[in-house]
Amino acid sequence: MAQSALLKSSIAKKYWMALTGLFLCLFLAGHLAGNLQLIFGDALQFNQYALFMTSNPAVKLLSYLTYFSILFHAVDGILLTIQNKKARPIGYAKSNPAANSGFASRNMAVLGTLILVFIVTHMVNFWAKMHFDKKMPVYATTVEMMGQKQDLYVTTSGTYIPVTQVAKDSKEAEEIGAQLYIDHGKDFYNTQAKIKVGEGYKDLHKITFDFFKSKAKLFGAIPNEGLVFTILYVLCMGVLAFHLWHGFQSAFQSLGINNKFTPAIKTFGKLFAVIVPILFAIIPLYIHFVK
Amino acid sequence: MASKKTININLKIWRQKNAKEKGSMETYKLDNVSTDSSFLEMLDQLNEQLVNERKEPVAFDHDCREGICGMCSLYINGRAHGPDTGITTCQLHMRMFNDGDTIYVEPWRSKAFPVIKDLVVDRSAFDRIQQAGGFVSVNTSGRTIDANATPVPKTDADKAFEAAACIGCGACVATCKNGSAMLFVGAKVSQYALLPQGRVEATERVLNMVRQMDEEGFGNCTNTGACEIECPKGISLENIARMNREYLKASLK
Ligand code: HEM
Ligand code: SF4
Ligand code: FES
Repeated sequence: MAQSALLKSSIAKKYWMALTGLFLCLFLAGHLAGNLQLIFGDALQFNQYALFMTSNPAVKLLSYLTYFSILFHAVDGILLTIQNKKARPIGYAKSNPAANSGFASRNMAVLGTLILVFIVTHMVNFWAKMHFDKKMPVYATTVEMMGQKQDLYVTTSGTYIPVTQVAKDSKEAEEIGAQLYIDHGKDFYNTQAKIKVGEGYKDLHKITFDFFKSKAKLFGAIPNEGLVFTILYVLCMGVLAFHLWHGFQSAFQSLGINNKFTPAIKTFGKLFAVIVPILFAIIPLYIHFVK
Repeated sequence: MASKKTININLKIWRQKNAKEKGSMETYKLDNVSTDSSFLEMLDQLNEQLVNERKEPVAFDHDCREGICGMCSLYINGRAHGPDTGITTCQLHMRMFNDGDTIYVEPWRSKAFPVIKDLVVDRSAFDRIQQAGGFVSVNTSGRTIDANATPVPKTDADKAFEAAACIGCGACVATCKNGSAMLFVGAKVSQYALLPQGRVEATERVLNMVRQMDEEGFGNCTNTGACEIECPKGISLENIARMNREYLKASLK
């Protein structure tokens, strides 16, 4: 690596910003494709997808890369911003930055920090529930049998188990004499043998719909929290759009790519910056107002 | 634009006795400024007035007064070299201002460009970056190769020439929200990287110049593009990209 540390120099930091930023753009595209199933797919499809995303080894590798990218991008971005502030200890009495640069380009750190806050709350609301919440609802479908509605759990092997036969946990199973109970938030166990007989799907679909349709009071004071969450989500996508508006093409410049393809990269970046956040934002709007 | 031949203006100018002391913005009134005068001539007029009033004249940098030396600086009304593009402050005319205007005049603001006095800053950080690699070592033993004997593609020669137009004025640093010197360093790196004579030392050059740039305390480019717009010589952002490429190549060697 010759004399330069590929970590410490100003330009190297920019490479890392650009690489992690572009990787996060790829992640956004993938994440969006998954989320759109909330509109175009049914609940089972979405939950199957959610299970795949939390269990497939290749996806796991990608998800670790994503966590790493977010952390590295955020830490590096904050370090750069602190350095940049130090480079001008005394500011100008009068300055006119709008005369020579765009709003987004001047506010990447603020926009990024807002995105970080969003990512954390978003992960608490969905990712953490999916991964750690033992009380996640298990997906059940309703079918009509002989004129009667019946709720059935769907197992990952494609079989059905009537909801009425399954207790919430082993204790309840013994009390009410149910043959089966649920453990680990999704596994069906035989009450006598205590062995796993099947696996259900964690109902992330329901969690998502309940979240954006919730009529509960936020902090016990603000009515219709589902609407509040929807509005906040849409605003955050606006923030993301500004970050990408500058960020996408900026990453190529940081990596030293400025040539005859640059006008095309800039156009694509701006389309990406507008279209991706809009599509993300449509999903909670659709859930809250249409479904 | 002013249509009158002369205008009366208010000036808010940064005054600072020396590098140690704290400075402040001071207000001055200056009447009968010809709209045909340059900004520096207007400051000369102010200084005459100050000397007549037995006050300390305003110190500001200048030399060629024809846009080629890069000495004149000044952050005028929130913009490097004032409200016009593609010019230095000596090329800025008072016809760009109106009667009754209040004009802010401040020194370049950068940790790496400390104020020496009033509007004069120390730009020797640029010299040290140049000394770290902004040159081509030439053998002077008498076996020097004639420059024209080395073929250079026309497009490369043109790009090198455009990069070489940088006059080291520091407007890029002054205008950049991050106080980054990457347009300057990018221009200097590119000027040589594009020519066969410069390739020989290309690896060392970019590593050394960037290291010196970082040591001087300049900030990091976030590609806002402000420098390119305020640069009096129209140095393009392509030069920063080229420096980034050169640096990556050099780092991996
Ligand atoms: C999905 C999330 C995100 C994506 C897709 C993303 C994407 C990008 C891209 C492509 C760049 C341009 C890189 C460059 O100019 O070389 C960038 C820059 C930046 N990002 Fe992010 N980013 C995300 C989240 C964040 C977060 C959470 C922060 C936290 C503080 C952040 C802070 C910054 C900063 C400060 C810059 C400017 C850095 C510079 O130009 O030197 N970003 N981002
Ligand atoms: S790049 Fe332009 S603004 Fe920067 S020092 Fe050179 S001439 Fe001045
Ligand atoms: S005084 Fe030489 S460029 Fe202005």
